[in-house]
Amino acid sequence: METTLRITSARAGSSFVAGIEKISGQKLLACYQCGKCSAGCPMAAHMDVLPNQIIRMAQLGMRDQLLAAKSIWMCVSCLTCNSRCPKDIRIAEVIESLRLTVLRSGQRDDNLHIMELSPDACAVLPPIATISAMRKLTS
Amino acid sequence: MGNENKPMKLAYYPGCTLKNQAVNFDASTVSSMAKLDVEVEELDRWNCCGTVHALNSDNVMNRVAPVTNLIRVKEAQASELMTGCAMCYNTLKRANIDVKSRADALATINDFLSLEKTKYEGDVDVLHLLEYLRDRVGFDNLAKKVTRPLKGLRVACYYGCLLVRPKEVAFDDAENPMVMENLVRALGATPVDFSHKTECCGAYHTVDKPEVIADRTDKIMGSAHGERADLMVVSCPLCAFNLDFRQDDARRLNPDFRNMPVLYFTQLMALAFGCDEPSLRFDLQHIDPLPVLKARGLVQETLDRAPA
Ligand code: SF4
Ligand code: SF4
Repeated sequence: METTLRITSARAGSSFVAGIEKISGQKLLACYQCGKCSAGCPMAAHMDVLPNQIIRMAQLGMRDQLLAAKSIWMCVSCLTCNSRCPKDIRIAEVIESLRLTVLRSGQRDDNLHIMELSPDACAVLPPIATISAMRKLTS
Repeated sequence: MGNENKPMKLAYYPGCTLKNQAVNFDASTVSSMAKLDVEVEELDRWNCCGTVHALNSDNVMNRVAPVTNLIRVKEAQASELMTGCAMCYNTLKRANIDVKSRADALATINDFLSLEKTKYEGDVDVLHLLEYLRDRVGFDNLAKKVTRPLKGLRVACYYGCLLVRPKEVAFDDAENPMVMENLVRALGATPVDFSHKTECCGAYHTVDKPEVIADRTDKIMGSAHGERADLMVVSCPLCAFNLDFRQDDARRLNPDFRNMPVLYFTQLMALAFGCDEPSLRFDLQHIDPLPVLKARGLVQETLDRAPA
């Protein structure tokens, strides 16, 4: 990712960073980039930005890149990262707050279009699958 | 265990999927608990728990559905609720912990539920069935009820995410839980040690990204095969769907993939307690467990699939 960043104290206090910290209840600056979250992430192979990179980019207020990342929809809230982070950061909560930032924008920018699923798919899926997917991926 | 003549009563929350695709989980729970002299009483007017615990800390709306169920427990004159579904357990338990520790959140929810006659005051406990079996029944007592020991059966116990994470809800070690292995051993079977027992199955990605699940299923079942397991037991209907039904996709992804039956731990318990086919409902399994159970001499030729 080719991005030039200018780091100033004003940027670090941007409303985006404050919003993510508020929704997630996490202190982003606690992360010291050990990478343990990404090492154990079962979805890492399907991600464009790894969990530790998400935390770094969130610290830096890289709003547009984060909200466009495929990773925020691939994270499945398994909480492996949370339970292993030596700094007790709840990475999954940070990623949930990124999803919510998109889903609460009022644009109905959903990541799942349940009405477009084939009747065959709908016939076999248990309610636990469809309800949880809709809860996580739709506004 | 209670008085010999009087079975103990326990408020029971089945959850939506146990009334749909996973009636084998429901039936085997009720019948095996009866063998343990515990009468599970399905909660009156229960509603969906919401399936997932919302991870945001700025909105309590998603705690309303779980809390409504906890109000129903109080209305049933009970103080604890048992569920076997790992996802319901996680969601109900986390909401309970959250409202117990945040008086303002609880007040907001009680205000929202102003039409309910009963107020929730954080006075109900949520238990998982495995926790109940270990701590209340005891595996030594449970072993005494075994009439058909599952001798020689090699079982991979899969926990997934929801029984062990986050630590507030875990009733066993997060990285190497053993409660299911100890249950399986009490039933006379042999638990196998495999690397992927707490690795996520991919969960709800099964709805629109089955290829992601195929990859997870291939790795998880592959690791159990590596330890020569005959079958896998689970506690979550979403894990069960992914690890059982998505084996077809795993085989398309990896031609060397080998099928393995996936059962609910309660089905294994019901089998060992001598329950009959209507309590087992093996006909609902995608990968048929009967060949391996027959090979181990654990079911008769007469216990056949699909009662008409
Ligand atoms: S595990 Fe924690 S401290 Fe390490 S990189 Fe991830 S968020 Fe940062
Ligand atoms: S919660 Fe999300 S980011 Fe963390 S390990 Fe699981 S899938 Fe990866």
